[in-house]
Amino acid sequence: MSSHGIIILTGVLAAAACALPGTFLVLRRMSLIGDAISHAVLPGIVLAVLITGELNSWPVLVGAGAVGLLTVFLIESLRNTRRVKEDAAIAIVFPALFALGVLMVAQFASQKHIDQECVLYGEIAYSRHDTIMMGAFEVARAPLVLGAVALFNLILILVFYKELKVATFDPAHAAAIGLSPVIVHYVLMGSVSLTTVASFESVGAILVVAFLIVPAAAAHLWTDRLPVMLALAVLIGGAGAAGGYWLAADIGASIAGCMAVMMGVLFAFSWLAAPREGVLGRFIRLRRSRTRFANALVLERLEHSPADAATLATTLAWPRAKVDEIVGFLTREELVVVEPGGMRPSPRGAAYVRRVVSD
Amino acid sequence: MIDFFDPTLRNVALGSGVLGVIAGALGCFAVLRRQSLLGDALAHAALPGVCLAFLFGTHMGLDPKQPLLLLGGALVTAWIGTMLVLAMTRTTRIKEDAALGIVLSVFFGAGIVLLTLLQKGGATNQAGLDRFLFGQAASLLPRDIATMAILGGAVLLTLFFYFKDFQVLVFDSAYARSLGLPVRRLEILLTSLIVVAVVVGLQTVGVVLMAALIVAPAAAARQWTDRLGVMVLLASGFGALSGVAGATISATKRRLPTGPTIVLAVSALVLISLLFAPRRGIVWAAFRRVRTRRRVRLENLLKDLWRLGELDSRFDALRAITDLMAVRSALPATMRHARNAGLVAVEGTGIRLTKAGLVRAAAIVRNHRIWELYLSRRLDLADDHLHRDAEEMEHALDSEVMEAIDRALGRPTTDPHGRPIPRGVPA
Repeated sequence: MSSHGIIILTGVLAAAACALPGTFLVLRRMSLIGDAISHAVLPGIVLAVLITGELNSWPVLVGAGAVGLLTVFLIESLRNTRRVKEDAAIAIVFPALFALGVLMVAQFASQKHIDQECVLYGEIAYSRHDTIMMGAFEVARAPLVLGAVALFNLILILVFYKELKVATFDPAHAAAIGLSPVIVHYVLMGSVSLTTVASFESVGAILVVAFLIVPAAAAHLWTDRLPVMLALAVLIGGAGAAGGYWLAADIGASIAGCMAVMMGVLFAFSWLAAPREGVLGRFIRLRRSRTRFANALVLERLEHSPADAATLATTLAWPRAKVDEIVGFLTREELVVVEPGGMRPSPRGAAYVRRVVSD
Repeated sequence: MIDFFDPTLRNVALGSGVLGVIAGALGCFAVLRRQSLLGDALAHAALPGVCLAFLFGTHMGLDPKQPLLLLGGALVTAWIGTMLVLAMTRTTRIKEDAALGIVLSVFFGAGIVLLTLLQKGGATNQAGLDRFLFGQAASLLPRDIATMAILGGAVLLTLFFYFKDFQVLVFDSAYARSLGLPVRRLEILLTSLIVVAVVVGLQTVGVVLMAALIVAPAAAARQWTDRLGVMVLLASGFGALSGVAGATISATKRRLPTGPTIVLAVSALVLISLLFAPRRGIVWAAFRRVRTRRRVRLENLLKDLWRLGELDSRFDALRAITDLMAVRSALPATMRHARNAGLVAVEGTGIRLTKAGLVRAAAIVRNHRIWELYLSRRLDLADDHLHRDAEEMEHALDSEVMEAIDRALGRPTTDPHGRPIPRGVPA
């Protein structure tokens, strides 16, 4: 495969692996716990790299992933002392762990292949040089690991689909049917930790937040249905990663940074264009309901006192052009009948008013 | 050796001290309004602003490292980020946590893109921009500190003038509205002040960890006091202390970025405060629990001795310790404490109440029985519900409350079960 292909594949697989647990983070309003985990696994990663000498091995994934769970546990313990609120607990725990990690990087890691730039935005371009032999084939390692993690997340979600769904949308019902919210919570957090660690080499500790949250949030703007949202999040994440690579190649900037920006662009597009939640849709709906309301208002008035357009304009004190537009519409749609004394609502017109009022 | 007359070190200490004061003071409001993570998002959102300002400066032929220019750029994008978070949560179903995460990561990504572009462009003096990531106090120049001090001074002055309004806003925004305060405008003003505080710290602590310097001093100060004014002063002090300590350590050693060092210093302060702050400290709370448990056990021992006395009207008789164990487990440690307090005397395998012990035991039994009577008469509780509650209340009621209840009940002589309420010590 070409080196471009390997980098794009790595990015897309990272995006897919992140979007799956990310969807639940967004729905459960725990995005910032994801942010915290992605920062706090750093000391775990550095420690594991110092011990094993490798960045993307299974012991690193599991060991550093455990630090992610430790972070969640620390945040909860701190909150349970009831001496700090949850948001402050998050903002105290993860900077401390991240600071520790950065100092470890600065102090020890110059000899290993991990440095401050890697922490910030990964080294996805490196993925094409880092290969392992599988039988007779030379395979790039990063996409392999990320693909495995994406598959693992997919299986996890399929297996626990019902549990995750109930615990996310109806915690009370989940408790009633004997589902432990703690177990569901920690399964999800375990998945986030593992995924963050696996993505670390490619996208770094901070930009992985973009991979976790942005595609899921964008998907949430388009749909209410969980399976659709999961699929859309993976799709948007993949598109953002591929588009980001294209942008990076074009302007020659950080690949992971461009991928994050692209995901932001896709989010912005969704914010603008999504039919129900988007700005445009909202604007159009507002316009339409205004028009419908104005139409109904005119019909109501005609019901009580038949009139022509000129009289309407004076009694309503509306601009003549606006009244003409409304009257034109009403006549075209046969919502009014024209009588000698002026216009009156037709039976269809009366039905129209009832419809608008009942909306 | 730390030499505070070394001009670099003096700059570092001064700069990070100023920063600590500002961040600590404003952080109190962020923490109390549960906006701790807004600071994090703001700091990340400032990065593209710094890079854009640098680009702008280069193109306009200005000095691109002019601190006011860079901070101005940071202010602009941090502000845009805040407004986007607000707009997103207002107009869509996106919740605040996701909105913060989106702004944080996408703006930071844009910052990284700009940074790598600048690096590639090879602008000769762009190397300095790296310091905005993890902070580099050693790079502080006198003009940087002057800018920080002026911006910070303006922030603190505003805080001082609006202190009362912010106080009402933080604790009871509904009340603030009823007073006719311009709540929306005050909220925006407060958030803007926090934005400035975050931006002032970027060069020293870096965008990645600046949130900690906003949140941690405030969270630490909160443990020591319940008063906002005191909290703000304390948080400023903590911020300055950890700023100076962290920056000094970082400046004297190689390969120690300032941001992480300061963050670890301030995190240590949080830990110390959580554990040892008077009243709220976790250690003292544990001590208090142990002490209360010890007192309850001791009082129960005295009460048991008194009850045995009631059986044969010999209140200060020597009782076999084994008998006592049949009533309730008389723990060796509890007996030792009671003896040390002069409340009981131990003779061989027997134990009896001393004069002081009799007084104390009578008081506890009186508390118990009066409380039972009160529950029965005033609250109409069934007889079998009385004992368990009284078992706890007898240790908690103070003498003033007891006296009031006693008087209200008309100084009764027997409890609901017909047992005498002790009045003083038997001869």
